Amino acid sequence: MTEYLQFFIFIPLAGFIISLIIPDRQELLLSRVAFMTAGVNLVSFQGFLIYWLWQGSPVLNLKEIVLYRTDHYEFLIDFFFDGITATYLFVGSLLIFMVTIYSRYYLHREPGYKRFFNTVLFFYLGYTVTIFSGNFETLFIGWEILGISSFLLIAFYRERYLPVKNAVKVFSIYRIGDVGILLAMWMSHHLFEENIAFLKLSNYELVSHHLQIHSWAGIFISLMILVAAAAKSAQLPFSTWLPRAMEGPTPSSAIFYGSMSVHIGVFLLLRTFPFWEHQVSVRILIALLGLATALLATGMARVQSSVKSQIAYSSIAQIGLIFIEIALGLKYIALIHFAGNAFLRTYQLLVSPSVVTYQIREQFYHFVPRQQSIEDSWPKRFSYSIYMLCLKEWNLDSFMYHYLWQPIKWFGNRLGIFTSRRTILFFLPTYAAGITLLIFRTSLPQELIFILPGLFSIIGLAMVFKSFTERIHARMSWILVIMNHFWVALAISLNEQYSFSHTLLYLSGISVFGLVGYFTLRTLKQREGSIDLHQFHGHVHRHPKLAFLFLVASLAVSGFPITPTFIGEDLIFMHIHEHQYLLAFFTSLSFIVDGLAIIRIYARTFMGPHVKSVYDMAYRSS
Amino acid sequence: MALSATTGRHFNEHQVLHALAHYLPAQAPLKDFIHHNTLHGFQHLPFNRGIQHASAIFGYRVSLSLTEYRSLYQQGRIKPAVLDELITRRKGYDEVALWKEKMLQGTYQKDLPRIGQLRSNWKREYKIDLDSLVQPLLFRILCSYLDQGISMWNFPVSNKGFLASLREMEKNSFTSFFKGERARELLLKGHTQMRQLLRLLVGYDEQLYEQYLFDQQFAHQGWSGMAATIEVQPNTLLDHRKITLHDLICFELLLEIDALDDHFNGQWLPLEYTIKEKPLPLFAEVKETELDVVTLLWQEAFEWSYYDEVLAGLQVTDNHQRPVKPDFQGLFCIDDRECSLRRHLELEAQGCETYGTPGFFGVEFFYKPDHGKFYTKLCPAPVTPKYLIKEIGVRRKHSKDAHFTKGTHSLISGWLITQTLGFWSALKLFISIFRPSLSPATAYSFQHMEKHSKLTIENKHTDHTENNLQIGFTVEEMALRVEGLLKSIGLVNNFAPLVYVIGHGSSSVNNPHYAAYDCGACSGRAGSVNARVISYMANHQQVRKILGENGVSIPDETIFVGGLHDTTRDEIEFYDEDQLPRQLRELHQVNAASFQRALAHNAKERSRRFETINTNRSEAEIHEHIKRRSVSLFEPRPELNHATNALCVVGRRALSRHLFLDRRSFLNSFDYQVDPEGRYLLNILKAVAPVCGGINLEYYFSRVDNQKLGAGTKLPHNVMGLFGVANGIDGDLRPGLPSQMIEVHDPVRLLIIVEHKPEVVLRTIQVSPETYQWFVNEWVHLVVIHPETKALYRYQEGAFFPYYPQTKQIPAVESLMTLIESSDQNLPVCIVK
Repeated sequence: MTEYLQFFIFIPLAGFIISLIIPDRQELLLSRVAFMTAGVNLVSFQGFLIYWLWQGSPVLNLKEIVLYRTDHYEFLIDFFFDGITATYLFVGSLLIFMVTIYSRYYLHREPGYKRFFNTVLFFYLGYTVTIFSGNFETLFIGWEILGISSFLLIAFYRERYLPVKNAVKVFSIYRIGDVGILLAMWMSHHLFEENIAFLKLSNYELVSHHLQIHSWAGIFISLMILVAAAAKSAQLPFSTWLPRAMEGPTPSSAIFYGSMSVHIGVFLLLRTFPFWEHQVSVRILIALLGLATALLATGMARVQSSVKSQIAYSSIAQIGLIFIEIALGLKYIALIHFAGNAFLRTYQLLVSPSVVTYQIREQFYHFVPRQQSIEDSWPKRFSYSIYMLCLKEWNLDSFMYHYLWQPIKWFGNRLGIFTSRRTILFFLPTYAAGITLLIFRTSLPQELIFILPGLFSIIGLAMVFKSFTERIHARMSWILVIMNHFWVALAISLNEQYSFSHTLLYLSGISVFGLVGYFTLRTLKQREGSIDLHQFHGHVHRHPKLAFLFLVASLAVSGFPITPTFIGEDLIFMHIHEHQYLLAFFTSLSFIVDGLAIIRIYARTFMGPHVKSVYDMAYRSS
Repeated sequence: MALSATTGRHFNEHQVLHALAHYLPAQAPLKDFIHHNTLHGFQHLPFNRGIQHASAIFGYRVSLSLTEYRSLYQQGRIKPAVLDELITRRKGYDEVALWKEKMLQGTYQKDLPRIGQLRSNWKREYKIDLDSLVQPLLFRILCSYLDQGISMWNFPVSNKGFLASLREMEKNSFTSFFKGERARELLLKGHTQMRQLLRLLVGYDEQLYEQYLFDQQFAHQGWSGMAATIEVQPNTLLDHRKITLHDLICFELLLEIDALDDHFNGQWLPLEYTIKEKPLPLFAEVKETELDVVTLLWQEAFEWSYYDEVLAGLQVTDNHQRPVKPDFQGLFCIDDRECSLRRHLELEAQGCETYGTPGFFGVEFFYKPDHGKFYTKLCPAPVTPKYLIKEIGVRRKHSKDAHFTKGTHSLISGWLITQTLGFWSALKLFISIFRPSLSPATAYSFQHMEKHSKLTIENKHTDHTENNLQIGFTVEEMALRVEGLLKSIGLVNNFAPLVYVIGHGSSSVNNPHYAAYDCGACSGRAGSVNARVISYMANHQQVRKILGENGVSIPDETIFVGGLHDTTRDEIEFYDEDQLPRQLRELHQVNAASFQRALAHNAKERSRRFETINTNRSEAEIHEHIKRRSVSLFEPRPELNHATNALCVVGRRALSRHLFLDRRSFLNSFDYQVDPEGRYLLNILKAVAPVCGGINLEYYFSRVDNQKLGAGTKLPHNVMGLFGVANGIDGDLRPGLPSQMIEVHDPVRLLIIVEHKPEVVLRTIQVSPETYQWFVNEWVHLVVIHPETKALYRYQEGAFFPYYPQTKQIPAVESLMTLIESSDQNLPVCIVK
C-alpha cells in the first residue's frame, strides 16, 4: 500500500497544472477542476484511510526518486505516512473540499477567479508535500511552496497597498522559518552523515547514539526546528503576522490562516518529536514558548475589536496550548486539538461577516451597559498598562523591526557609497582574484583557506544587504542578488575540495534565470520608464506576462524547487563543516535576505497600486 | 456654504472642522446604513460643477471612463441621434463633427488631485512614511474605543470623550501609546490645542493648516467620516461613545509629532521650512477642462438615450380601463424592487389595482420589539417621531450560536470548545454548504416583528408616554395620517373589499450591509410594523368617521390588511388575518394565491440577472434557488437591491401600467385631480428627491469609483467594531457600496417624472429650498408630463421646456417571460400586452 502514497501528491499536482492552462474567464471549468481535485483527493483518501486502519495503521515510507547522487550524498524525495499525516490529510482534504465549493460561488465574477484557484491548488500541493514528506529535503519543497503561495494569496488584491505590504511582511517571517529548516538540515547531514529519513528518527538507538556524540548538535537542530515551527505557527515573537495575513478573500483567510497553514509548525514539531523527545531542556523550552504565547495571545485576542484579528489571536493562543501538549508528549491530544481548532476557526472566519447581524441583535435584546470583565477588578494602573500593551501587540512588531530589519537596513545603508558602477568595478577584479585563489587553492597556506570562505561569504552578504536596501535601481538590486550567489559559491568552493559539478549545479539555475530576470526588468524599464524601488508600481496591471515571467525567475533564483539550484543549495550547505557555525550563519543569512530582496523587487515593480492611474486606485490606507 | 473654510491668513479651527465634517463621508454605522448622495458635500453646486470639483480636489472618479462610454456607443446604448441632438443644443450645429471627433477619438490626461499634495512632502522631503507609522495604531485605538461588542475587554475609559479617555489612561499607566516623551507630555499637560500642535508640525504659516488637516483626514476618510458622524448622531451606537472630529485630529497630530520625534531623534523642522513650493490651495478655482466637457456630453447622452425611450413609452396611451369594482387593491413601497412585483400581480389578478408610496406609509414612530432594550426608528431618517409603538405577547426566543460567543476566544474555555464544538463546526460547515438554511446568523426580514404579536397602536390617554414618547396615536392623529396617505396616492374612492398594505424587507446572511437591503423609508428596517399600523388605523371605525367627514369615505365592508414582502426570498406574510370577517376570508385566500403566483414570476424575472441560476428552469425550481441565496453563507449577492435604478414616476398607475420598466423605476402613485394645488405633491417630492435621489446617487458614485467612493469588493471585508467594514485589520473603513451591489448598475441620474401641470410643479418644487436644490442643481432630472395632453416638459435651469422624444416606436411584447429569458442585460422599454 506504500505505493499509493504518491497518488495523493499527484492529484493536487495534476489539478494545479490543469488549472494553470484553463483560460481566465472559464469560471465553471476552473471551479470544476478545483472541485474534482479536492473531491477525488477526499474520497480516495477516505478509502485509503479505512484500508490503512484495517491494516492496523502501519507506518509507511516510500523512497520515491533520487534526484541527485554522488558517492556520499543522495538527494531524494521520500514520502512518509503515519497517524500524524493521516490526521493532517483528513482535516486538510475535508476543508479544502468544502472551501473550494464555497469559493466557487463566493468568488463568482471576481477578477482573479483563476488566480485564486491556481493559488489555492498550489497551496494544497505544498500542504500535501509537507505532510507526506519523509525527510527534510522533501519537507523543504512543500515548505517553500507554502511560503510562496501564502505570499500570493495574501497579496491576492495586489493592486492595493496593504495586502502587498502585509504579504511581504508575512513572507519575511516565513523566510526566517525557512532558514531554521535549512540550518536544521545542514546540521543533521553532519550529525547523521546522510539525508536522514524521518522514519529513522523514531529509531531511538540510532538517534541517541548520534546525539551522545554530538549533544550540542542535537540541541542546535532542535532549536532550529523550533524557530521554523514558531514562525510558521505564529508563536512568539512572530505572532503579529497572522492577523495581517487576513487580506485575501474570506474563504482563503479561513482555510489557510485559520487552519491549514498556521498549524504546519505544529506538524513540524509532531513530526520531529522522536528526535528531541529526550532533550528535556528543549521540551521545557517548547512548553514555555507555548505558554508565553498562549497567555499573551489571549490578552491580545481579548482587546481586538475587529472580528478577524480576534479569531487570529485566539487561534494563536490555542496553538500555544498545542505546543505545550506536544512538549508534554500528548501527541493524540495535540492532534485532536489541532483538528478542532482548525475546523472551529475556519468556520468562525467564514461566518465572520454575520457577526454584525448576530451581535447587534443580541445587544438589542440583552444589552448590559458597560460590560464588566475580569480585568476591571485589577488595580487601575496595572489594568491600563496591560490593556495598552495588548492593544500595541506587546510591541512585537517594533521588536522585530528593531532587532531584525533595522540592523540589515543600517548595514545596507552604510554601503551607500557603492553605486552600481562601483559595485561592478569592485566585483569583477575581486571575483577574478577569488577565482585565481581557487585555482591555486592547494598551494595556499592553511590559515588563508581558513579565513577566505568567511570573508567571501561576508562580501556576498554585503551584496545582498545592499540589494535589500537599494531604493532606486531595480536591476542593480537584482544583479546584487545574483552576485551574492556567486560569492557564496566561491566561498564554499574554497572551503572544501569538492567536485566542480556541485557548484555548477548550484549556479546553473541562478545564471539562467538571473539573466531572464534581468531582461524582464530591462524590458519593463524600457516600456514604462521608472521602476525605482522606493515605491510600488503595480506594473502587473499592464504587463501580466512579464510579471509572471519575473515571478518564475525570482522563484528559481531564490532556490525554489524548479531548477537544479534547489539541490545545489542543499549541496553547498553540506560542504560547510559542522563546526563552521559562522560560515553557516552568514550563508543562511544571505539566503534569507536574498529571498527577501527578490520578493521586494517583485512586489515593488509589479504589485501595489498602479503608478499611472491615481484615479482608479484604492486609497493607500484601505 | 463657502467652499473654503480659511478666509484670510488665519486659521479658524471651528470653521475648518465644520468644513471637514461637511466633505467627509456621512455614512452611519452599518446597522443604520441609509443611502445618501455620496458627494453631498458638493450639492450646493450644479451637478456638473460639483462632480468636477470633487474630482479635481479629492481625486474621485465621477463618471465612466471614455473607453466605457465609447463602448456603450458602439453597443448602441448611447444613441447617435440623441448624441447629435445634444451636441447641437450645447455647441451648435456646426460643431457636431468636431466634438464627436473629440468624444470618439480624443485622448486626455488628467491632473493629479489636489488632496494630499501638501502632506506628501513628508515622504518627498523627509523620506518618512508618516501614514504607515501612525495610521495602524491610530485606527486600532479608535476602533477599540468605539467598539460595539467584538472585544471581550473593553476600552478601559470611555465615558469621558476620546482625548480625555486617552489622557486618563496615559496618566495611569506604566506604558504609553507614544514612543517618546514630548507628545505624551503634551497630552498629559493638556497642551492639545489644534493650533499649537499644527505649529509644531507645519510651522507658523496658518494658511497651510486647513490644507494639512484635509490632507491628513482624507488619507483615511472612512475613519474620520465615522467619527464625524457619531459626533452628531451619538444615538446611532447602542453603546454610546463620545467622540469628536476635533479629538481624533488632535490625537493624530500628537502621534505624528511622536513618530517624527522618534524617527529623527527630535531633530526635525516643521513642514513649512522644507517645502519647495506651496501647493495649490485645495479650494482654489476649478476650471472646466475639455475632458470634463467631453465626459459631460457622454454622460448626458447616455442618460437621455435611456430616458428618451421611457418618455416616449409614457406618452403611449394605455387602453386598460380602471376596473369599476376592483377585486382588491395593494399599496406597495415606492421601491424599485416592487416595480416588477406590482406588474406581475396586475397581470395575475386583472381586477386588482396597485399603488406605490414611501414604505413607512405615512406613519412615523419608534418601535420597541418585545424584550428589546432599545427603540428603532421606523420612518425616513431625517424625521424624529414623537410616538412609540410597542410589540407585546412574543413568546419566541432568539436562538443562539456558540460560534459567535466569546468563550471560543478565551484560553481555557477555548481549549475545551475547540476540542468539542470544533468538530461540530466541521459538520455545520458541511451542512451550510450543501443544505443552506436559516440560522441565527441570518438577517431575516420576518423576524422584525412576530406575526402573531400585538402592537400598541391606539393611544387612549395622551399622558400615556414612555421616555417622552407618546405610546400609540390618538384617533385624530390616526385619521390625519390615513387621510394624508390616501389622498397623496389618490385612493379616495372606489375602495375594494380588501386593501393590502405591503411593506418590504430583505433577508441575507454573511452580509454586514444588511440594513442597506431593507426599506430606506423605514430607516433601513423592514416595513412590516408600519404596514400593520396603518392598516389598523384605516380599519378603525372612528378614524373612518373622521375620514368620511373629510371626503374619503371607506365602505364599512372594506378591510385593510398589512403584510410584508421579502424582496430577497420573494415571500409574503400577511398580518391579522384572523381578524378578517368570515365573508372576506375566502376572497383573501384567492388573493393570497394571486400574490404567490406573482411572487414566483417575480423570482423568475429577478433570476435573469444571476448567472448562477438558469432562468429557463421551472418557476418552482428558480424560486427555490432564489430562497436559498438568502441563507447561503457563500452568496455575496443575495439580491441586487436597487441596482439599475434610474427612474421615479410620480403619477397615476395608468401612466406606466402598460410599460415594462425592468425594475428600474421607483413608482409613487399620485392623482393630480385629487391634488390640483400640489399640496400632497410637495410632500411626495420632499421625500422622493432625497430618498430616491440619494439611493440613485449612492449607486452612481459607488459604481463609477468603487475604490474611493464605494467599498470595493466585499470578499476580503473584515468587520470593525460592529459599525463598519475594512479590508484586513489595519485598513481604513470602507463606506459606500461593495462592488457586488453595483456591478450591474448603469450610472445614470434619477429621472423624476411627475404627472401634473408644469406650472403647478414649478411652484411646488420651489417651496422648500433643500428640495429645490436637488432639481435646480440637476442632481436629479425632472420631467413633467401633462395629465391631459401628455405633453412632456423638461426642467432645466429653472424653467420647463417642451421635450419631444426621438424614439418613435416602442416595441410591444407578447410574452413577458420570453423576453425575460432572453438576456441578463438591461432590457429596452416595451409595452406589455
